[in-house]
Amino acid sequence: MNVINYLPLITKNSFRNRRRSVLTIGSLMVSLCLLVLLMAMYKVLFYGAEQTPAQAVRIMMRHKVSLANPLPLSYEGKIQQVRGVKSVSVRQWFGGTYRDARDRRNFFARFGVRPAELFKAYPEYVIPEEQKQAFERERTGCVASKPLAEKFGWKPGERITLVGDFFPTTLELKLVGVFEEPNKFEALFFNWDYLRDGLKAAGAPDLDFTSQYLVLADSPDDVPLVTKAIDDMFDNSPYPTKTESEQAFVLSFVGFLGNLKLFLLAIGGAVTFTILLVSANTLSMSVRERIREVGVLKTLGFTPGTIFGILLGEGAMIAIVGGVLGCALAQGFCVMLRNAPIPIQQIRAMNVTPLIASISLLIALLVGLISATVPAAGAARRPILDSLRHTG
Amino acid sequence: MAIPIAYNLRNLVVRKTTTVMTAIGIGLTVAVLVADLALVEGLKTAFKATGHPLQLVVMRKGSNAEMSSTVTREAFQTLKAEPRLAVNEAREPLASPEILTVINLPSVDSPAGMNLTVRAMSQVGVEMRGAKIQPGGRWFQSGQREIVVGKSVVKRYPNAQPGKRLRFGRGEWEVVGVFDAGDSAFNGEIWGELNQIGADYNRQDTFSSVLVRAGDEATLQALANSLNDDQRLGVTVMREREYYEQQTASGAPLQFFGLLVAVIMAVGSSFAAMNTMYAAVARRAKEIGTLRVLGFSRGSILLSFLIESLLLALIGGVIGCLLALPINGVTTGVGNFATFSEVAFDFRVSPSTMLAGIIFALVVGAIGGLFPASNAARKEILTALREI
Repeated sequence: MNVINYLPLITKNSFRNRRRSVLTIGSLMVSLCLLVLLMAMYKVLFYGAEQTPAQAVRIMMRHKVSLANPLPLSYEGKIQQVRGVKSVSVRQWFGGTYRDARDRRNFFARFGVRPAELFKAYPEYVIPEEQKQAFERERTGCVASKPLAEKFGWKPGERITLVGDFFPTTLELKLVGVFEEPNKFEALFFNWDYLRDGLKAAGAPDLDFTSQYLVLADSPDDVPLVTKAIDDMFDNSPYPTKTESEQAFVLSFVGFLGNLKLFLLAIGGAVTFTILLVSANTLSMSVRERIREVGVLKTLGFTPGTIFGILLGEGAMIAIVGGVLGCALAQGFCVMLRNAPIPIQQIRAMNVTPLIASISLLIALLVGLISATVPAAGAARRPILDSLRHTG
Repeated sequence: MAIPIAYNLRNLVVRKTTTVMTAIGIGLTVAVLVADLALVEGLKTAFKATGHPLQLVVMRKGSNAEMSSTVTREAFQTLKAEPRLAVNEAREPLASPEILTVINLPSVDSPAGMNLTVRAMSQVGVEMRGAKIQPGGRWFQSGQREIVVGKSVVKRYPNAQPGKRLRFGRGEWEVVGVFDAGDSAFNGEIWGELNQIGADYNRQDTFSSVLVRAGDEATLQALANSLNDDQRLGVTVMREREYYEQQTASGAPLQFFGLLVAVIMAVGSSFAAMNTMYAAVARRAKEIGTLRVLGFSRGSILLSFLIESLLLALIGGVIGCLLALPINGVTTGVGNFATFSEVAFDFRVSPSTMLAGIIFALVVGAIGGLFPASNAARKEILTALREI
C-alpha cells in the first residue's frame, strides 16, 4: 500500500467533522504544549542552560553546610594559590531590613563586595563609566540592578537605609549607579569596607569572615579542577567548603523548592496519558460513525489492510497537527517567559530545542497510531454486510 | 418540566467506553490539582499545628526569622526573671534559650544533601513543645554529645537514624532517640543540648531566640507589649503560632506551579469533554426531536445535556480523587527560606481538598457541556427528527 496515494483521502477524512477535529487538535495542542514545557524545564533545570563565556568561568564558594555559615577571610590567599584560579573576591550577604520587613516586596538580595572587582566578574552588568567610578570612590555608595531600581523608583542619589539584623549596624547608603542585569535579578551591591567600618564603629569585632567567595577560573575547562581542588583543600578544616560553578549554585536553590524532578516526571506522565485518552476517544467516535462508509469502501475494493492504514493515518495526522501547534504554543510561552519576573534564571532560558520538538512530535505520532489501532482494527475486520447494515 | 436524570445516567452507561475515557481524562486533571492542594494543605497543617497559643518567640529587634536573630545571655537573664512567665512543676520559669543552626545531610530526594535545622535547647524547651520520645529511644543528656531527631527526619534522611552518628560542629553526635511533636513542623528538626552545641559553634553567650510562655492570654498580651517596648532588651516578640503560620509561604512556588499545570490540563480536558458531548448530541438528534414533540421545552433539553456533562465530569472528579488518595500521608519536604532548611510534612488529602477537586471537575464539565447543550436545545424539531 502506498500511503502517499491515500494522503488526500486521509486529510479529507481527518477534517470531515470540522468541529470535532478542531476540538481534538485543540485538546492535544494544549496538552502537548504542557508536555513540551515540562521537558524544556527539565532540561534547563537538570541538564543546565546555555552559558555565556563570562558565566562559564564563575565559581561560587560557600560553607559546605549552608550560606548562613561564614567562611574565614584567611581562605582568600589560599584560594589564590590554586592552579587555574584567576581571581578571588568576597561576597558578603547582608540580611537586614529595608523599610518594613513584613512586606515581602521589601526583600531583595544585598551583598557587600569590593567595588573594583564586581564589574570585572560580571561583564554583563552594564553601567555608565562615571557611575562605576563613583561606586569605587564613594565609601557609602551602592549600585542596584535596573529591575530593583525600577521597582522602588530609585534614582541615583537616593538614600537607602538597611538596618542590620545579624550584623549590629545600620548602613546608610547612597545610590550612585544603576546597572543593566540581563537576568532580572533584584540585587543591591554596596562597599564591603563600609560594612567593616560600621561594625568597628558599633564596637563589634572586625569582619574576619565572608558568606561567599566568588572565584574566577582561567578558562571554563579549569572549573571542574578548581572546584575540586578548593574543596579538597578545606575538607578537614573546621570550615569545610562547597565550591561549584555559578550555574550549579543557582540550581541548588531549585532543589530547595521541593522534589521538582519527581513532580515534573509525574505530571508529564499524567499529561501523556491524558493525550492518549483524548485521541483514542475521538478516533473511536469518528470510526464508529463511519462504519457504513467503511463497508462501502470495502465493496469498492479497498482491502482491510488499506482501510486499517487509512484510519491509522488519520490518527497520526490529527496528532501531528496537534503536536506541531503544541510546540509552537510552547515556544510562544518560552518567549514570554524570557521577560517574566522569575528569580530563577534557568526558567527564563527555557527553549523548545529541536530535540525536544522531535521527542514531542514522536510522542504525538505514537499516541495517534496507538489510539487508532483498536478502532481501526475493529473497522477493518468487520464483515461488509454487517457494516452496511449498521445504523447510528 | 425536567427530563429525568435516569435518562442521562443510562446514556452515559450506553456509551461506556467514551464515558470512561473522557472521565479518566478529567480525572487525571483533577488528580494533579488535588495532589497540589494536598501539598499546600499538608504544609499548612504542619505550620498551624506548630506552636503553643500562650507562647512567644523572642528575637532580636528587626529580625523576623530565628536564623538571623541573636539574643544575648544578659537579655535572656532579664527575660527569665520576668515575673509574668508561667512556671513548670519544678517552679522553673518557662523560658527556653535556643540556638538554631543548619546542617546538610543527604536525603532520599536529594542525595547531594539537603539542609536541616538543628535546634539546641534545654530540657525546658522540650517540655514547652510537648514532644514525646518514641519507644526505644531517650532524650539527649546534659553534658553528652547526643541528639534526637524528629519523626519526619528519620523517614527522609538515611544517615539520621537512632544509633548512628552525625558529624557537624566540631565533632560527632550520637542519635539517641526519635521524637514525635504531633503534626507540627518540629518533626523535621534535630534537637540537641544547648551548652554542648553552643560550645561547638562558639555561641555560649548569644542565643538565636528565646521561647517564653505566659500563664494566660491577658498576661501574654501584657508581656508581649512590655518586651516589645523595652529599649534595653532590644527584642521583637511574636506569637509562636503566628511565627510559624507566616512560614507557610515557603510552599508558594510549588503551589503556583501545580495550579498552573492543573489549569492548562483543564483546558485540554474541557475540549475533550466538549467533543464527547457534541458526539452525544449528534447521535441523539432524533431523540432530541422526539423529546421536543413530547413537549419538553428547549430549556429542559439544555438542562438535560448540561446535567449529563456534569455527571460525566463528576465521575471524572471522583476518579481524580481516588487517584490522588494514595498520596495522602506521604512525607515530602520543601525548603523554608525563613530557616534556610527543609521543612518536612505529609501530603494531606482532606475532605476539603477533594471537594475542591470535584468542584474543579464540575467547572470543566460545565464549560465542556454548555455549547453542545445549547446546540441540542437550538435544534428544530423537524430537522432533528429527519436526521439519522
